Amino acid sequence: MPKVLLDWLYVGVFAVVGIVLAGLPLAVVWLLAPRLPLPQKRLTYESGVIPFGQAWAQFNVRYYLFALVFVVFDVEVIYLYPWAIVFRQLGAFAFYEMVVFLLILLVGLAYAWRKGALEWV
Amino acid sequence: MSTFVEILKAIGLAVLVFTFLAIVGAMYGVYFERKISGWIQARIGPKHVGPWGLLQTIADTLKLLQKEHITPRSADAMIFNTAPIIVAVAGLLDWVVIPFGTAFGRVLVVRDINIGIVYFSAMASLTVIGILAAGWSSNNKYALLGGLRSASQMISYEIPLALALLWAAMLAGTLSTVGIIEAQRGGWFLFKVPPFGLIAALVFLTAATAEVNRMPFDLPEAESELVAGYFVEYTGMRFALFQLGEYAEMFAMAAVASILFLGGWLEPSMPQWVWALLGLGALALAAFIRFSALREVLLVRPILALAALAAVLCGLMVLGIGLGRTPVLPSMLWFFVKMFGLVFFLMWMRWTYPRLRLDQLLGLSWKVLLPVGLLNLLITGFLLTVAR
Repeated sequence: MPKVLLDWLYVGVFAVVGIVLAGLPLAVVWLLAPRLPLPQKRLTYESGVIPFGQAWAQFNVRYYLFALVFVVFDVEVIYLYPWAIVFRQLGAFAFYEMVVFLLILLVGLAYAWRKGALEWV
Repeated sequence: MSTFVEILKAIGLAVLVFTFLAIVGAMYGVYFERKISGWIQARIGPKHVGPWGLLQTIADTLKLLQKEHITPRSADAMIFNTAPIIVAVAGLLDWVVIPFGTAFGRVLVVRDINIGIVYFSAMASLTVIGILAAGWSSNNKYALLGGLRSASQMISYEIPLALALLWAAMLAGTLSTVGIIEAQRGGWFLFKVPPFGLIAALVFLTAATAEVNRMPFDLPEAESELVAGYFVEYTGMRFALFQLGEYAEMFAMAAVASILFLGGWLEPSMPQWVWALLGLGALALAAFIRFSALREVLLVRPILALAALAAVLCGLMVLGIGLGRTPVLPSMLWFFVKMFGLVFFLMWMRWTYPRLRLDQLLGLSWKVLLPVGLLNLLITGFLLTVAR
């Protein structure tokens, strides 16, 4: 098996073993711990008072704005990785190209900043 | 057949790493956290269970094992039950690419994946899924707020973190963690292309602190406003799994920081007289604390302990160099010294800085760390290509 595939085989095995080992204490709890699900016990915690309504309601739209800006920059970083590995062999031309790429994105950041997408109000 | 052997090997290694994380990461991580917190707040910390309270967290774990699992009636049971497992497994998967040292001419790493640090940043951000799932499925207002805060914080700080990773990859010319350490034989990346190595390291440290939700960026779990944040509804062992995932992540971040900027398992190459000077300084500090009125002050205990350890380490180095041994100490020791040093630093920060507000937190990431990280990359790229 090629080394690359073997690497990911290990990652897969780690994930499976991790799930099993993390489930193990839960199984022990299932055997050891008491089970007495009284209705009061299964109430949602809200500092001791009877919970008022549901938590599944609308929340601030700002969270979405940050998520959108994040997607842009996260994809950008992925493009930077290959360049970072070989930029010394590619030399000055590749550097200028990367500057152009980053400038376009920085203009985007400046736009988002100016429009107040990075403010929490 | 050989695939079968490899699978067995992988299972063995996974069990080994998981046990290491559960014992060193979670159990003794919590112990050190409580002890150091105690010392910094001029308390003694855990001391009753076992010598110096060393068995305290084992007792706690045994207690947690006997606690009932309560699933709130209004919670989404399936997601609620999977969330702690996701967090714990994400913490374990980080460790696949982290090299511990060398022994018998081999590197002690589970797999030296060729895109190691990309893999690491991917796995480290997997935690956010578990945290968001926990916060959402609990159907609890505190948990939901904690989960959302955590999600926005972790995605915001992932980018500066990746930019700092990139900076190290640029210098090393490889994405493999082992390759990055090997590239630092001539000197730590922290001091390369001064002062840009230092800037990259600071960006990494700040972003890593935020990624693992620690003070001063612990808004998701802000005890004083959100009770416990996203895991407020979790009881017993499921709560412990969150703790395990979190500590595994914190140790992994400290390990990666030491790999990227402090040369991982490599021994610092300094002349003998520098080691001697450092050792004497540490010894003098320890002696001063021990034999003056300061020893009554609980606050100086961590300093005393650290100074004594540093003195022993420097003494061994002086001795080793004198005997002509290279490298003097086992590489694994250096890795653990650097990793635990950074973990101690994170615990220390917790009691030094107050918590940020959410807008300040997001502002710091987008308006300071992101531009600084990008400029850092550009200037370093310029210095290494055009200006060379």
